[in-house]
Amino acid sequence: MRRIVVVGASLAGLRAAEALREEGFDGPLTVIGDEPHRPYDRPPLSKQVLAGAKEASQIALPVGDREALDLTWRLGVAAVGLDLVERRVALDDGSQEQFDGLVIATGATPRRIAVPEGMAGVHTLRTIDDCLALRDALDAGASRVVVVGAGFIGAEVAATCRGRGAEVTLLEALPVPLGRVLGEDMGRLCGDLHRDHGVDLRTGAGVAGFEGGARVEQVRLSDGSAVPADVVVVGVGVTPNTGWLEGSGLALDDGVLCDETTLAAPGVVAAGDVARWPNGLFGEVMRVEHWDNAIDMGAHAARRLLDGSGATSDYRPVPWFWSDQYDRKLQLAGRPGPGDQVQVVAGSVEDRRFTALYGRAGRVVGALGWNMPARIVRYRSQIATGLSWDAALADA
Amino acid sequence: MRVVVDYDLCESNAVCVGAAPEVFEVREDDFLYVLQDEPDETLRAKVEDAVRRCPKQAIKIED
Ligand SMILES: Cc1cc2nc3c(=O)[nH]c(=O)nc-3n(C[C@H](O)[C@H](O)[C@H](O)COP(=O)(O)OP(=O)(O)OC[C@H]3O[C@@H](n4cnc5c(N)ncnc54)[C@H](O)[C@@H]3O)c2cc1C
Ligand code: SF4
Repeated sequence: MRRIVVVGASLAGLRAAEALREEGFDGPLTVIGDEPHRPYDRPPLSKQVLAGAKEASQIALPVGDREALDLTWRLGVAAVGLDLVERRVALDDGSQEQFDGLVIATGATPRRIAVPEGMAGVHTLRTIDDCLALRDALDAGASRVVVVGAGFIGAEVAATCRGRGAEVTLLEALPVPLGRVLGEDMGRLCGDLHRDHGVDLRTGAGVAGFEGGARVEQVRLSDGSAVPADVVVVGVGVTPNTGWLEGSGLALDDGVLCDETTLAAPGVVAAGDVARWPNGLFGEVMRVEHWDNAIDMGAHAARRLLDGSGATSDYRPVPWFWSDQYDRKLQLAGRPGPGDQVQVVAGSVEDRRFTALYGRAGRVVGALGWNMPARIVRYRSQIATGLSWDAALADA
Repeated sequence: MRVVVDYDLCESNAVCVGAAPEVFEVREDDFLYVLQDEPDETLRAKVEDAVRRCPKQAIKIED
């Protein structure tokens, strides 16, 4: 493999580029990113940077030894097309990048809700520019914040805005926040956490539209009521950035479809939020939107790309992520589902410091921790080697 | 190789423990303990992995 191109200059793309060099690839390596910035860390965007405790300049991702990496950066240009036969990526400035090997790491973009033309004040949060625009609005005195969607990003934005002293209404379409991810009981605890911090959480609340003039003034709900708003943050999930791959021949289905090893086509791998692959450990084709997965999968995809003989092992991680809300640190390892058994095995729910396990078909498939990080990491490695439900409960 | 953790940044999420259990431990009190300040060179790859994976960028290797 003589020439490798990485599309997406963020966590997964950077990690893949580093791993390519670590594995001994010494040919030309180009990283293409449509944001004008060098890779930076996204988790602080809903936490410290939004809170005003960190500046944009403090969240750059460390780029190993720059000399040794010897990357060619093409920032501020977007990939708009892929030709798998000619082995070329087309860019929006009209130029092309030729490759032998390609890493797709274009991440995901927030879903939007239609906003009347010309209306300001409705935000999404994915990039540093998104974050600074929202923070500027808060700094300028926006004090009534409406957050649409009580998933992890919405929940963190609500918590951070409360921490800044804003009045926060959190709208969730489902009856229980995070019910589909954590189950109803644990989801309800998350809801209580917000209410106890003074958030007006409304569940079963559908958004009908945004009203106002040049700026948003209120959010109309589907039951006809309205919530006044100086600023709105929409956090209703993301869609993988695969638009530039339409018609390329790659299989696209809520992400770039890869095989068990992260290979999407000969000489093409995908990693991070954009990639979907069968994770044999859970018997599920999944796409994982977590920081830790972008790192692991980026490195795995790099090894797969360099491996001509196909000897690379399958990518079978136990997904893991964290979320900071108020003074609580939530961590989730595994892949819980709505029908799972749930059992608190350590700590206490009343103290909001506990570990809960999720079980399915006799196996532990997930572990949720509230301020109990050490156990979650331990469970994570046990889930990887197949922890039975009975053994886990007997051990707890 | 010397391992230095910035405890002001560390949030004890124990990711480093997964990467290099010989060097890092998070105990039941949920604080991070560095078990070896100067681990053997054979652990370098694991410690470098921990450095990279720490979401808070709290670990440094001083050679
Ligand atoms: C506000 C926020 C808070 C988060 N908090 C947490 C957390 O607490 N814990 C956790 O585990 N995870 C968290 N995450 C998720 C984590 O940040 C992501 O999983 C991670 O960033 C995924 O990395 P990635 O490289 O796959 O994709 P991304 O980081 O999305 O990077 C993809 C890059 O590719 C670029 N790109 C897209 N299309 C093109 C194109 N056509 N041409 C060129 N470039 C393109 C994008 O602009 C972007 O720069 C958070 C995410 C956000 C947004
Ligand atoms: S990974 Fe980083 S933040 Fe987490 S326990 Fe280790 S040093 Fe602390």
